[in-house]
This record gives sequence, C-alpha cells and structure tokens, in this order.
Amino acid sequence: MTTYLDHAATSPIRPEVLAAYTEAMRLVGNPSSIHSAGQASRSRLEDARERIASVVGCDRSEVVFTSGGTEANNLAVKGLYAQRHRPLIITTAAEHHAVLDAVEALEKQGAEVHHLGLSENGVVDLDELANLLEARGAETALIALMWVNNETGVITPVERVTELAKKHGVPVHSDAVAALGHAPVNFAESGLSTMAITAHKLGGPVGVGALIVSRDTKLEPLFHGGSQERGFRSGTMDAAGAQAFATTLELEQPDYRALEALAVELISPLGNLVRGSAPGVPNIVSFVFPGTDGESMLFLLDQRDIAVSNGSACTAGVARASHVLEAMGYSTADASAALRISFGPQTSESDLRQLAQALPEVVAAARKI
Amino acid sequence: MKVLAAMSGGVDSAVAAARAVEAGHEVVGVHLALSRNAGTLRTGSRGCCTIEDSMDAQRVANLLGIKYYVWDFSERFKEDVVDDFIAEYQAGRTPNPCMRCNERIKFAALLEKALALGFDAVATGHYATIVNGEDGELELHRSPAAAKDQSYVLGVLTAEELKHALFPIGASASKAEIRAEAEARGLAVAQKPDSYDICFIPDGDTQGWLEDKVGAKPGVIKDRAGNVVGEHQGAHGFTVGQRKGLRLGRPAADGRPRYVLEVHPKTNEVIVGAQEALAIAELAGSRFTWCGSAPKEPQIWFDAEVQVRAHAEPVACQAALIEGELIARVGEPIMGVAPGQTAVLYLGTRVLGQFTIDRTVSALSVESEFEVVS
Repeated sequence: MTTYLDHAATSPIRPEVLAAYTEAMRLVGNPSSIHSAGQASRSRLEDARERIASVVGCDRSEVVFTSGGTEANNLAVKGLYAQRHRPLIITTAAEHHAVLDAVEALEKQGAEVHHLGLSENGVVDLDELANLLEARGAETALIALMWVNNETGVITPVERVTELAKKHGVPVHSDAVAALGHAPVNFAESGLSTMAITAHKLGGPVGVGALIVSRDTKLEPLFHGGSQERGFRSGTMDAAGAQAFATTLELEQPDYRALEALAVELISPLGNLVRGSAPGVPNIVSFVFPGTDGESMLFLLDQRDIAVSNGSACTAGVARASHVLEAMGYSTADASAALRISFGPQTSESDLRQLAQALPEVVAAARKI
Repeated sequence: MKVLAAMSGGVDSAVAAARAVEAGHEVVGVHLALSRNAGTLRTGSRGCCTIEDSMDAQRVANLLGIKYYVWDFSERFKEDVVDDFIAEYQAGRTPNPCMRCNERIKFAALLEKALALGFDAVATGHYATIVNGEDGELELHRSPAAAKDQSYVLGVLTAEELKHALFPIGASASKAEIRAEAEARGLAVAQKPDSYDICFIPDGDTQGWLEDKVGAKPGVIKDRAGNVVGEHQGAHGFTVGQRKGLRLGRPAADGRPRYVLEVHPKTNEVIVGAQEALAIAELAGSRFTWCGSAPKEPQIWFDAEVQVRAHAEPVACQAALIEGELIARVGEPIMGVAPGQTAVLYLGTRVLGQFTIDRTVSALSVESEFEVVS
C-alpha cells in the first residue's frame, strides 16, 4: 500500500464529504433560476455559504465561490490591482505560483513589484514592509502575503501585516490555502481585504474554492457573464461543490503535533528542518538533504511506494529547485535537495516510520548521482 | 532485468518500451527534459522535447502499465551538446549534436544515473543491433532497416556502455513495421511524424540560429589564389563542402560552381574553390573510441570502411592507429569532409569505432590547413 505523505498537494476526499457531494449532485436546479428547483438549489448554495462563513469567521456575503485557490488568488491580485490605480505591488518571492505568476503578469503590464526579504527560516521581514509603506504607502496598490507557506509550513503574522497596511489604507490579500484548517484562520479578525481558500487540501473535492472578499473591497472580475457572486465571479454557481466544501470545513482536523514531533525526531539526523525555529503549521515539514537531488529522491521513494513532494513540479513534470527555498537564500543545489512531507487525517505513525526506514538508503543513493 | 526505457514521445521509443515490457523486464519509462523552456506543443516535424511530446510518452507508459518520470537533463544538455555545438562551429568545425547527445547524455549522464538508481540497462528506440561477437564480447551492428540505420550516431558507445544498452527495435526491418506494431498495440503515437534535423533549432535554420547565438561577424570569402570573391556574416556559419548560400558576387572564371574548401574562424575567412579540391584521400583524428573490443593490433593497417555522415555511403579504407591518431585512408577519394565531423569505422555491418576528424589530406596531395582545436 502506498505511504501517502503529500496531503499538501491534495488530500483524499473524506467519506462524509463524498456522501454529501454525491447526494447534492443528484439534485437539479441552477441557483439563479426562478422556479422551485432553482430556489431549492439556491437554498442549498446559501446554506453552504453560511456554514463556510461561520468556519472562516466572515460575513456570508463575503464568500465568493471560485474554482479553487489559483482562481481565487488571481481574482484577488488582478482584481485589486485593477481597482486601485497605483503602481506598486508588495509581495515575496516565496508565494505560491498562483500569486507569483499573477503578479508577474501584472508586472509585464507595467506594475512595479517589490519582493520583501525573508529570514533564513522563511519569515517575512516586517521591518522592511513598515519602512517601505512609510516611504511608498500612497503608491501601493496591494500587499500579497501567504498566510502559511505551502512548502515550509511557516506562518506569516497576518495581523501584524494588516496593522501596518491599515495606516496607509493599503489592502492586503492572503493566500490562506495552506493555513485553513491548520492555523487559526479568522477573516474578520485578520484585517485582510481578501483571502483565498480551497477544499481539496483538506479532503474536499478538487475544483471548489473561494475568495473571501471583505464587504468594503471592490474587485475587477476576471470573468464577465451573469454577474453571479457579487459580480466578482460570473458563471453558474456550483451548489453541490459548495456543500461539499462546507462539509469539508466542518470536519475536525486531527491534531498533527505528535506526528510533526515524530517526523522531526526521525528525519532530523538525515536532513535539516527548513523552517528551523520559525512558527509553522504541524502538518507540513520540509527537510533539505544536502548533496542529494529531489528528482532522484522522489524516484527512489516512489519505487518504494512512498509519496512525498519537492516544491513544485513544472508543467512538464520536471522536479525543479524550490523557488521558496531559493527565496530564503538557499543555493540552487540545496533548493533542489528538499523534500516536503505533509500529513492528513489518514496519516499514521507507521507511515512516518516507513519513510524514516527508507530514507537513509535513498539519501545515500541520491548522493552518489 | 530492471530496464529504464528512454521515451522521447515518438513511435520508435514507444515500441521499444513495449517490447522491453513484453520481454519480461521490469521497465520504468523516463522522458528526458532537455530544454529549460520547453514549448507547449510540437510544431512540424522538428524538436522532440515539447510538453506535448512528454505527454505522448506518458500516455504510452500508462497504456503499457509502467511507471513514468521526467528527468531534467537540460543543464547537461546545454553544456555538453548545445554549447559544444556552438563552440565547434566557432572553431570552424562541423559537429554532430545527436552523436554528442548519445555520447554525453543518453549513454553517459542518463546511463550513469540509471545505474546509480538500481537499473541494469537503458533501452532506447535506436535502429541498431547488439550481438555477441566470436570473442564473447558485445558488438554493435547496423540495423537491417537500411534507411533508418542509426549505428553511425551510436558509434561512440564503448564496450562498457554496450553492456548496459538495449535496442529492442534495432533488428526491425523497417520503420513501417514499427508503425504497424504501434498501431496494433493501440499506441496513439503510431502515426506521429518522424523528427528530423537538430532538436534545439526548431525552425531548422542552423546558420540563422548560430548568428543569433554568436552574433554576426562580417568577413570575406576568398579563392585559393587569395582573390576576394564575396562577403559573409561570420565564418562560423559555414561548413566545408557547402555550396548553397554563399551568395558570391563574381562568378568563377571557368563558370563552374564553387564550394567551401576551408573555414578559418581566427581570421574569419572562408576559402572556396572547385569541387575536386574537396576530394579527400585521408582523414585522421586523435579523439577516438573503440566500439566493443578494440582490434588486437590497431597499429597495423587493417581493412575497414569509413562513413563520415549519418546517411553517407561507407567507403572502403585502410585504417590504423599511429602515434595516438586514428587514420583512415580511402581507396576512392571522398567529398566534403569537414573537420569536427565524426568518422565511423565499420567492418561489414559491425561498428569498429569512431574518431572526430581533425585532420584531412586532400586527394590532390595538398594537406589542407584546417585549424585544429584541441
């Protein structure tokens, strides 16, 4: 049986979610239709919206359903930039590609981009942010900082960011895909303008996500059409997906701290914990194994039926040096020698022991190449 | 055996992988990513490492029920094949990048990695055969599919590399047979067009590509008497034996076509002349390898055939290893031999070895003055 330790890529759908999803998919009705079937569907959609709002701590009107995290991040970054008519975007080079590449696309259209520095543990430099805002707050269109880094698990102190931004009236977007369910996410308390979330990292279906958009935030939509979702996201609304998402968020997440401690104990003798002493979520741990390469290690582990990840594979399926580790100051060689291990509800101690048993041989073989 | 099937996404490597599976080997498919910025879709018949090609390979692997990975050799490929290609042209030589790729990537970097990761052999879709010789050593032979024979570009394989190479389709009679087999196996790549030319020059314009890489460097074209007969945008773009694209203003006195005889990158001069001046009686090179076991007494002249291009006719010759240089003396003069090209020695269908040509002797008994870059 496969030892699956890549839940941060996607996590198996949870049985309760599957049941709710398949049941909801049987029912007909477009939430925008006026007839009874439409109204019933709308009712299910809005019910899901309220349940999600209650979990993430926002108003139900602030939940804008999307096809997932990538769309939500694009909508926030491009939508805010288009509304703000200011040149500067502040972010880091360690963001998920959904933010990184959306920002890059705007840069090509004339936006100015400032990448904040990161500590060697991956924590964003808030002094730099404060100084930059003092100097250029009035020119800043938005700040985009992910809540939890999907490769290192490092947590960004979002409330301190929004506190700094508030003084200058700059909206803050946060990619909370890796944070949701694992860090205490509360939108109202966060002070964020927008926040991206998705279902499938927590055992929900792929293809369902949301952008939480505060009531006083305006966005330019990516799609034009039926003006659904406050006009921010046209397209037939997915009531069944929304219900599955709500069910996903209401399921309890196990406490992963014991697994985290065990992983660190078992793997630290072979590799270096990337986040070091920085605060992180317990379900993601990354290690660098100097002198190896991720490509060979992923291959060797897969031969042993162990699934882990190393940063992000490119479109062609090639294992690449982690841009996150490079942003933290790692050399390309070391950034290519990392493995990310991430847990889900099905993960057991024995999964970690399987990995720890295979690793010495795998690391040694990969070092020879 | 545990076999790594190198899968380009083309029909040959697909059928090769299928046959390796059928032969009972434990097979894993690997696609080599050779370009840092791979295109999305294949265009025309050139190139072999777009994302579409990788997906084609993956679909074949799925159908065969084998695991599939993409390994990144783009750095090595750039250094060992692309940069080498540019450097060779800059030195006035005519390299064969496919050969270099076999020598440095497929049967070096890939094979080394495969062996280190626990594989016994690398299988490719090349048309050539490996047979047991009389002395018990492995020998590389031509494919019976004469039109597709790739033994020339595999001439760089050493005895050790032959032990770990598998060419499952190498003994096939024709490409048509392979396509029919792919069709019968339900492989979607059965009718995929063949790839030609150099994979990293997508539009096939080698001269334009080189100019783009090394910049234009205008110079003159002269005849052997030293008369300036034309101009060029960089000596690096020319190949000995080239006739087209010279754009000579003044016709030759005798009205006959002129060919590139010499390329001098240091002085940025190109020398042209009549075709007979291209006739070569002897070629030699100090960078050589034996394919399989070496001849027992290579310093004594032996009968062989020499082939100087992938699809050139082999020519009868006498060969010997003299003072560190492998020399081939041809019975009938051969035309258009450029330094940098590879000469592969054959004995019948067997590949004996190869050398990179760095010295030639004209059939007119005038030793040409190619610059040797070592």
